[in-house]
Amino acid sequence: MEDKQYIDYVHTHAQKSSHITTLIWAFAVGGLICCVGQAFSDIFSAVLPNWEESKIAALVSMTMIFLGSFLTAIGVYDKIGVHAGGGSIVPITGFANSVVSPAMEFNKEGIVLGMMAKMFVVAGPIIVAGTVSSVLTGLIYWIVGLF
Amino acid sequence: MEIFLGYVKAFAIGGLVCMIAQILINKTKMTSARILVMFLLLGVVLEFVGAFKFIEEFAGAGITIPITGFGSTIVKGARDGAKIGLFESVTYGFRNMAGGLTAAIFFGFFFALIFKSHSKKV
Amino acid sequence: MKVGNQTYLLDNNVYIQSAYSLAGPYEAKGNFREYYDAVMEDDEWKCKSHEMAEIQMQRFVIGECLSRVNVNPMDCDALMGGDLINQIVPTSFSARDFRTPFMGLYNACATFGEALAIGSTLVNGDFEKVVCCTSSHYATAERQYRYPLELGTQPTPESQWTVTGSGAVLLSKKPGDYPMVKGYTIGRVIDFGLSDPNNMGGAMAPAASNTIISHFRDTGRSPDYYDMIITGDLGRFGRETLHYLCKKEGYDLDNLNDCGSLVYSDKQKPGQGGSGAGCCSLVFAAYLYKKLLDKSLKKILFVPTGAMLSKDSALQGESIPGIAHAVIIERED
Repeated sequence: MEDKQYIDYVHTHAQKSSHITTLIWAFAVGGLICCVGQAFSDIFSAVLPNWEESKIAALVSMTMIFLGSFLTAIGVYDKIGVHAGGGSIVPITGFANSVVSPAMEFNKEGIVLGMMAKMFVVAGPIIVAGTVSSVLTGLIYWIVGLF
Repeated sequence: MEIFLGYVKAFAIGGLVCMIAQILINKTKMTSARILVMFLLLGVVLEFVGAFKFIEEFAGAGITIPITGFGSTIVKGARDGAKIGLFESVTYGFRNMAGGLTAAIFFGFFFALIFKSHSKKV
Repeated sequence: MKVGNQTYLLDNNVYIQSAYSLAGPYEAKGNFREYYDAVMEDDEWKCKSHEMAEIQMQRFVIGECLSRVNVNPMDCDALMGGDLINQIVPTSFSARDFRTPFMGLYNACATFGEALAIGSTLVNGDFEKVVCCTSSHYATAERQYRYPLELGTQPTPESQWTVTGSGAVLLSKKPGDYPMVKGYTIGRVIDFGLSDPNNMGGAMAPAASNTIISHFRDTGRSPDYYDMIITGDLGRFGRETLHYLCKKEGYDLDNLNDCGSLVYSDKQKPGQGGSGAGCCSLVFAAYLYKKLLDKSLKKILFVPTGAMLSKDSALQGESIPGIAHAVIIERED
């Protein structure tokens, strides 16, 4: 049997994800997490009326990151992730999960060379992409502002 | 009633964003790091072309809680910085990331000290 | 005696004098729950890390396998085995507690087949007693090949679940009413170009079919010579694919089974089944060995399969080569 024929055979016969179920899970969990964020946003705006909007937004994401980290630490977030998939990866809590989970995993190799060094094995690309795009867009805005 | 509608919108748009991510996962078997980077960049692009603020007005947390919101705050920071000067234009974006990053690193550090990873169950 | 291209039939009797199996907590709820010799109550086993737990598992299994037949580890001529972790640390570190000459092996999940092949050759020669042992552990394999345990990833439906468990056998010249290793077919590394690290069954099936077909061609036997042909960890999809590949070549394997597909019960949902270097050794030491002892199985072809990938090779875009070794195990009536 040729290699290509075999690859086609495997692609047609391998079990596929049951799309509808995973999509419904992702939609429900993702939507729910966003509603929690909306609730914190409403509460903080009511309690801290003097704060500017961007500070409230930062406070909300810090709160969500705390929740994501805590659920990861007590071993709940990965169980949500098994069903929710994209629904628990894309919200900011998923970013917290991708920082805290390697930190916990590699803590066994010591605090400095294990936990601290490997904290960003999953989330590192996000920080790099964010920083690079912040510098590029900032430069573009600055150059455009010159004229 | 209006508040309730706000939650429905946040749920719908937030759910939709996550559903798009799930479609990508199902179709391309992308891992979580790639998905997060893609949606961060999506937020950057939406903010840069000016579309983000309309979605945000409509959906609120539905678009700011997904990592797209993180991308958007970065560009907002860069834009504010560019009004001040060259140095600020390249540093203010990261300044807007500072809150989320600090929280993630700080909580990550302490939770990793206290808790141990568990094995999953079948 | 060499037969055909890849097959060796042993001239002397090599007995499998003893076997011992240790299953993890989830495997203990699977299909073979009444067959395991010992069960871990949790997968850390009072150790500081999962890696240390795996070292402890191998140490325990080898010790119990030998003490069951009152053999001193010092009297064994060689200890051999492997696992999936970098530099086969669990096996090497467990071996430091036995003062037995040690050989570390690596053939991914097919290591147990490799160990049986080499061990039986040594015992066929001048060696008296050789211990073979492999292990795997869900948490250590997850760290080695995939992500941190707490990362909320979604397992794809093609993926398999690494078995937490270990099995050891003692190969010996001492005659007795034991199953014997009669020969083996050493497999080639076969790569059909699949590159999805989640679908290892598909990547290993061509290697298994190549080895099994070579075995039948070399020996001139037909599949019904054996009571059971049992592969290592192809999983449900891999097993079906293997059946299909062999049928295409004119061999209809009605008696084909797979350790990985059998090890978990239907209620547990581990994707396609179990995998890992410990999967086939656990099932062999727990289930197959006992079935051979009570004569409900007399002739089996045991085919551990392995996918030779590393985390980096997959990232560099390499496809996944597979390997399989077929070991003939028979007993007298």
